[in-house]
Amino acid sequence: MKMTEIEQFDSWAPEQIPEGFVCEAGTSELYITGGWRSMRPVWDQDKCTSCMLCWIACPDSSIQVSDGAMVGIDYDHCKGCGVCVHECRFGALELIREDEAEEA
Amino acid sequence: MANIKELSRRPECLAPGHRLCGGCGASMAVRQVLMGVPEDAVPVVGCATGCLEVSTTIYPYDAWNVPFIHNAFENSAATVSGVEAAFKGLQRAGKIPADKKVKFVAFGGDGGTYDIGLQSLSGAMERGHDMVYVCYDNGAYMNTGIQRSSATPKGSWATTAEVGKDQQGKTQRRKDLASIIAAHGVPYVGQSTVGHWKDLVSKAEKAFAADGPAFLNVLAPCPRGWRIGSDETMLISRLAVDTKFWPLFEVENGKWTLTPVKEKNLKPLEDFLKPQGRFKHLLKPENAELLQELKDDVEDYWKYLEGRVEGSKDL
Amino acid sequence: MSNKAFSATGNQMIAEAMRQVDPDVMAAYPITPQTTIVENYAKYVANGQVHTEFVTVESEHSALSACIGASAAGARVATATASQGLALMWEELYIAAGMRTPIVMANANRALSAPINIHGDHSDVMGARDTGWIILFAETAQEAYDNTVISFKIAEDSQVLLPVMTTLDGFITSHAMERCEMEEDATVQQFVGDYHPKYALLDTDEPVAHGMFANGDSYMKTRLATRNANMGSLPIIEKYGKAWADVTGRPYDLVDCYETDDADYIVVVLGSAAGNVRHIARQLRAEGKKVGVVRPRVYRPFPEEQIVEACKGAKAVAVLDRSDSLGATHAPLGADVMSAFYAAGLSIPAKNYVYGLGGADVTNVVVQGVFDDLEKVADGTLDCDLRYIGI
Repeated sequence: MKMTEIEQFDSWAPEQIPEGFVCEAGTSELYITGGWRSMRPVWDQDKCTSCMLCWIACPDSSIQVSDGAMVGIDYDHCKGCGVCVHECRFGALELIREDEAEEA
Repeated sequence: MANIKELSRRPECLAPGHRLCGGCGASMAVRQVLMGVPEDAVPVVGCATGCLEVSTTIYPYDAWNVPFIHNAFENSAATVSGVEAAFKGLQRAGKIPADKKVKFVAFGGDGGTYDIGLQSLSGAMERGHDMVYVCYDNGAYMNTGIQRSSATPKGSWATTAEVGKDQQGKTQRRKDLASIIAAHGVPYVGQSTVGHWKDLVSKAEKAFAADGPAFLNVLAPCPRGWRIGSDETMLISRLAVDTKFWPLFEVENGKWTLTPVKEKNLKPLEDFLKPQGRFKHLLKPENAELLQELKDDVEDYWKYLEGRVEGSKDL
Repeated sequence: MSNKAFSATGNQMIAEAMRQVDPDVMAAYPITPQTTIVENYAKYVANGQVHTEFVTVESEHSALSACIGASAAGARVATATASQGLALMWEELYIAAGMRTPIVMANANRALSAPINIHGDHSDVMGARDTGWIILFAETAQEAYDNTVISFKIAEDSQVLLPVMTTLDGFITSHAMERCEMEEDATVQQFVGDYHPKYALLDTDEPVAHGMFANGDSYMKTRLATRNANMGSLPIIEKYGKAWADVTGRPYDLVDCYETDDADYIVVVLGSAAGNVRHIARQLRAEGKKVGVVRPRVYRPFPEEQIVEACKGAKAVAVLDRSDSLGATHAPLGADVMSAFYAAGLSIPAKNYVYGLGGADVTNVVVQGVFDDLEKVADGTLDCDLRYIGI
C-alpha cells in the first residue's frame, strides 16, 4: 500500500483511514525528531575510520552510511543522546550544545 | 558472522523518526537482532504493547521498514505464532511460493515477557513455531513509568518497589527467564546485551538459523528508568557483563555455553550499580548487608550456570 | 440441493462446515460445550482432509490472538469457543474487530461463572455484543451449519472485513442430534470462493504495519468506520443468506417471523428456545388467539427495521432473554428491542423476561405463562417490569 497526504492525516475522513488502521511501512522518516535535540553530535571526517561503532550503537538509525563507510549524521532524526560520541574510539565525534551549533 | 561494514550495507529494518527516548536500548536491540536475519529471508515482526511498540507505531508514522504487527500486551508470542501458522497454511495451499523464506520475530519488554506474556510465550515455545522471541529486558515497566517487574533486580528502586524507612527497593530476586525457556527444550536460547553487539548479532544469527523456536534475552538499558545518562546505554550494559551481573550464555540443543569474563575486564558489582540512580541507596553504609546479598546472588547464579555447562558438556 | 438427510449434532455440523471451507489456520482451545468442534477438526487434520494449519494453543486468549495474527497475515481463519473461553478472549474480541480481521468463530453459548455452570444460556455471547463482531444465532443444528458457511462470505466481504461469531446454544443445539442436511464439499467451496486479503502482512513486497497506535481523533474516526462497517453489513448478510438459500433450498431471513402479520401478541426470542415458543404459539393459534413469534437470526448488527416491521401491529410484545444485564432495567435483547420501538415511534408495551439461565428448562408451562401475561400487559393489568421465569 502507498499512503498519500500523510501530512494532512489530521483532516482525513474516517473512510480514508485504511481498514484496521493499517499503515504503510517506514513512514516515520517523515516525522522529524531532530527538534528533540539539546546536544548535537558533530562529525570530524578526518579523524573517522568508519569503524561503524557509532552506526551500530545509534538507537535512531541516524548515522548515515554508504558502501561500508560513514558519510554523515541525519540531523532530521538524531535526538542527540550522545551514544555515538561515547562509543567513538577515535575522537571523530564531539557533542556540542544545540543552541551553540545553531548559532554557529 | 558478517563484519560490521558488511552489516552496514544491509537494508535498515528500523527507520528513524520513531519516538523512543534518546539512548534507548530497545531500538538498539531491534537493530542488532534484525542484523542476524539471513540475507535471503525477510523478517516479519510482532511486538508486545510497550515502549517499543508505542513509540514506533504512532499512526501514520510507522518506523518499521518490514512487515509489523502489534496485537496486545501479553500475546506477542501467540500473535506471531498465528502469523507463522498462516505462512505454513498458505504455503500448503500453494498461495505462497514454497521457496519463499520468512523469519518470524516477536519482541516484548520484560513486563510483556517475564510477567504478563509468559503463558503465551511458553505456549508458543512448546508448540514449536519457527520463530525467534526477543525479550528486550530493561528491568521494569518503563512504558507506564518504571514499575517493578519480575525482571527487576533485587534491591532496585522502582515506582512500585520504593525505597523508604522499611524497604530498600525490590525485595525479590529477578526471575531467571532464560532458564525457564531453556527448560522447554527449544533448539536455541541466548542471553546477550546491546553493549556486546558482536555477541548479540551472532546469537541472533544462531536464533534465526535454528529449526524451530528460539529465544533471546537481551539486556537493553533504559536511561530514563535506570537513572543514567542517555549516552551511557552501551557502557552500562558492558558493565553489567563485566561485573557478572548479566552473564552472556547460550543453550544450543541443550548444551550450555557461558562466556567467561576476562580477568582484565572483571569489575566489582559496585561498578555496575554506582552509575545508576535506581541503585544509589544500595551503596549507603546501612545497606551493606543487602549489597553483600546481591553480590552473593551474582556469584551463586554464575556457579549455577557453570553447573549447567558442566552438566551438558557431553551433549 | 442435497437431499440426503442424516442425524448430527450442531457441533458436528459446524465442524463439517469448517472442514468444507478448509480455512488456512485454525487456532483453538477446548472448552465445554464447544470441544467436539475442535475434536472433530483435529480428526480432519490427522486424516489429511484439510490443509489447515491447526494451532493447539494454551488458552482462549492465545487462540484468538493467534487467529488475529493469522488473519492479518492474510489467511482465512476459523476458531471456536464458549463461555469462560469467550470471556477470556474479551480483550481480543475488540482487537479482532478493530483490526478488521475477518475471523469466523463458533460459540457454543453457555453460562458464565460464578457459580460455575456448563449449560446453555446467552451470558457469554451477550458480553461480546458491543465488540464490533457480527453475531449470528442458530436455532437448530442445520442453521448452525448454514450460518457457518455464510459467515465466511460475510466476514471476508470487502465492505465488511469484520469477524463473525456463529453461535448455537450449548448442549441444546451443540450436542443434541437433529435431522440435518449437508451440501457437497465442492458446492460449499464454490460458494465461499477464495479469500483475497486487502493488506496481508505476509505480502512482504508491500510491507505494512497492523495494530498501530492512534492519537488524537483518529481513534474516534476509525471506531466510527468500524461501526459503519458493522451497521452496513446487514444487507450483505441478507444477500449471502439468500444466495445460500438458493443453493440449498432452505429459506433465509435476517429475522424469522412466525404468524406475525396479524398478531396481537408477539414473543421475541433468540436461538433454540424459539421452537418451544412456536409450539405454544401454534396451539394458541388453533384456539383462535392471534399470537406470533419473532426470532432474529442476526443479533449484531441488530435487525431493527425487520423487528419493528414484524411487531408494529401488536398490542403487546414479550422479549425473552437468556442472559441478564445486571444493574440495568432490561436484559440485552429486551433493551435492543425496546430501543428499536422507541426509535420507530412505537409505543407498544413490551415486557422483558429472563429465562433458561444455566440451562434451566424452558417448559411449555413457562412459555404459556408469557403469552398469558401479554394479554394482561396489553390491558394494563400487568406491569412491564423485568421478570425471571421458570424458577
